[in-house]
Amino acid sequence: MHADTRPTLAVWKFASCDGCQLTLLDCEDELLGLADQVRISHFLEMSGAEDGREPATLNGIGPYDLSLVEGSVTTEEDVRRIHHIRRISRRLVTIGACATAGGVQALRNFADVEQFRATVYASPQYIATLATSTPISAHVPVDFELRGCPIDRRQLLEVITAFLAGRKPNIPDHSVCFECKRRGNTCVTVAHGTPCLGPVTHAGCGALCPTYGRGCYGCFGPVANPNLVAMVRQLRQDGMTGRDIVRIFRTFNAASPEYAPVAELATQEPPEDPHPPETPQ
Amino acid sequence: MSHRGPRVLRLDALARVEGEGALRLTVNDGTVAEARLKIYEPPRFFEAFLVGRGHYEPPDITSRICGICPVAYQMTACQAIERACGVTIDDQLAELRRLLYYGEWIESQSLHIHLLHAPDFFGCPSAVELAREQREAVERGLRIKQAGNAVMEQLGGRAIHPVNVRIGGFHRVPARAELAPLAERLRRIQEDAVETVRWVAGFDFPEASCDYDLLALQDPGRYAIDSGTPAAMAAPDSPGSDRAGPVRRFAVDEFEQHVVERQVPHSTALQSELDGRRYLTGSLARYAIGGRWLHPLAAEAARAAGLGDPAAGAVVRNPFRSIVVRAVEVAHAVAEALRIIDDYEPPPRPYVELPPRPAAGCAATEAPRGLLYHRYAMDADGALTQARIVPPTAQNQAAIEEDLRRVVQTRLDRPGAAATDEELTALCERAIRNHDPCISCSAHFLDLTVERA
Repeated sequence: MHADTRPTLAVWKFASCDGCQLTLLDCEDELLGLADQVRISHFLEMSGAEDGREPATLNGIGPYDLSLVEGSVTTEEDVRRIHHIRRISRRLVTIGACATAGGVQALRNFADVEQFRATVYASPQYIATLATSTPISAHVPVDFELRGCPIDRRQLLEVITAFLAGRKPNIPDHSVCFECKRRGNTCVTVAHGTPCLGPVTHAGCGALCPTYGRGCYGCFGPVANPNLVAMVRQLRQDGMTGRDIVRIFRTFNAASPEYAPVAELATQEPPEDPHPPETPQ
Repeated sequence: MSHRGPRVLRLDALARVEGEGALRLTVNDGTVAEARLKIYEPPRFFEAFLVGRGHYEPPDITSRICGICPVAYQMTACQAIERACGVTIDDQLAELRRLLYYGEWIESQSLHIHLLHAPDFFGCPSAVELAREQREAVERGLRIKQAGNAVMEQLGGRAIHPVNVRIGGFHRVPARAELAPLAERLRRIQEDAVETVRWVAGFDFPEASCDYDLLALQDPGRYAIDSGTPAAMAAPDSPGSDRAGPVRRFAVDEFEQHVVERQVPHSTALQSELDGRRYLTGSLARYAIGGRWLHPLAAEAARAAGLGDPAAGAVVRNPFRSIVVRAVEVAHAVAEALRIIDDYEPPPRPYVELPPRPAAGCAATEAPRGLLYHRYAMDADGALTQARIVPPTAQNQAAIEEDLRRVVQTRLDRPGAAATDEELTALCERAIRNHDPCISCSAHFLDLTVERA
């Protein structure tokens, strides 16, 4: 029997909803083919064995050519485990908003976690958790971050293919607006005055929400250097209150550092319109 | 080989379940002293951070509790908020919602049947190994699963965390013509779904029974998915009987008076009780409570699969056979989805406006793995003042632990060769997978570290 030379893949979970790793199981057309090309060595949601050895353990055996990491770091044990995973992975890619930005559970970062604990649990003293939810990159070096809440299936396949072929993934980093243009969507803001985060949101979903007549709600997180001053002004013009604006940014990528100025911008009095409409004399 | 003193088995990472859990079993002198499904997935505090959010936000936010059943969360959240606002969504909007929900049932149940559960019956660690000997069956399962995803992608924009759902309805509703390709696709997998029932019915099932109550929504005339009243079937008088027990019903508004959860220090999990009794939600409960309203195609498949006659109130109490009931539910969901598409006329408006008012509302629906309950209270401006979510796996945990105890005890009592640790561990994993636990769902309020009292 000749040695198995296929590259090895591992999938890991931290605090998350499982949706991003499920995306791999949602590759119905590709799953069995992928399993021929790649040795899926560690993937607890899919297999009870690691390379034929049972049972698979939480820490894995390694080493792995590519590790996909879902979820954010919210416990001391998570911190230890992500360092371990980094050590046994040649390449480490985060999948989704939790692993990349801390996820919706990072809303605790803006609140008193003690109060949260007491709201949910009758005996909060039994609950071990960190005060913050942090992305993987806050703890270990990350080779690539795939955006989305959840990630896009085609982008996931592209990332796996690219890393295993040793090339850079072809994942555009422009805004959702480009995707609307490419899809031929009418702009929901221009045509209907619908508030839309498209201009400041990272592409990847294929402009899903505007395609369904809804404004983008930012689940792929911020584009590089977002113009938040203009964005907040536009959202106000389209009828959002300061409170609504803070809410829409504080969802699935709440802890993205790019969004930090939003709270202040949204609570300020609306600035003077630099181009007031001309009033007839 | 004899064991002296307590024999402790641990499995630190359960595989082929959604989320992260562990198992701990203590056997003392040939008797199971303790069987525990540990849920160590960290909490995510959804109920806490929902407070202060807008009443329009729970569908999007709570869908992130679970990537496996986001539609269940969206549908339950919408209905709870709509109740609070005093609005009922009916006719075609309600039917479209049901179509989306059937898409999730088809996808999620097929995922569990083929990728998570079936490998157990062939001694395979995963569906990849299973596909080596059962390629046709696994590919058939993936086809069905994909069709379920196609329903969610068409109606919801995407299969995981759909974007098209909003309180009051949808952002956009499809034209009739847009659903036609979906119908073709569902028709193509209708035979696949029935074939899957035949396939799983042929598996080798260990003898097992359960004596807990069964809780599911009941909506006379319909196999309930997003409507109906909680109904509980009591265990039969004689152990091991598959006869239907008496059924009691209560209003959704009274859910929290009947279902009580306690956090206990010796356990990492909240223990859920229904009127002080252990109970189970999910496929076995739905089949017992609503089986007579299954689509005729699904009912016929159930009879042929040896599940008894659902029209006559058949009850399945062997948890290992849940995979067959799940397959029957997929056949039902496919048939019902086709019926909705055939009868579809686009509603006049994609959604109903829901102005906020100071009120509270609750709702329950049938997530693929069991009954899901939400309640919200809001201020006059729509800011949420309270959120409460009771996911199915949290409710099932006590029943799962009882199953663990039973299957291990039954094995220990069997004469012949003593059971090895590996055999017992594998048996326990199977007993857990019988109920398709979704630990990610449970973990937003269950925890994790064992504290010694």
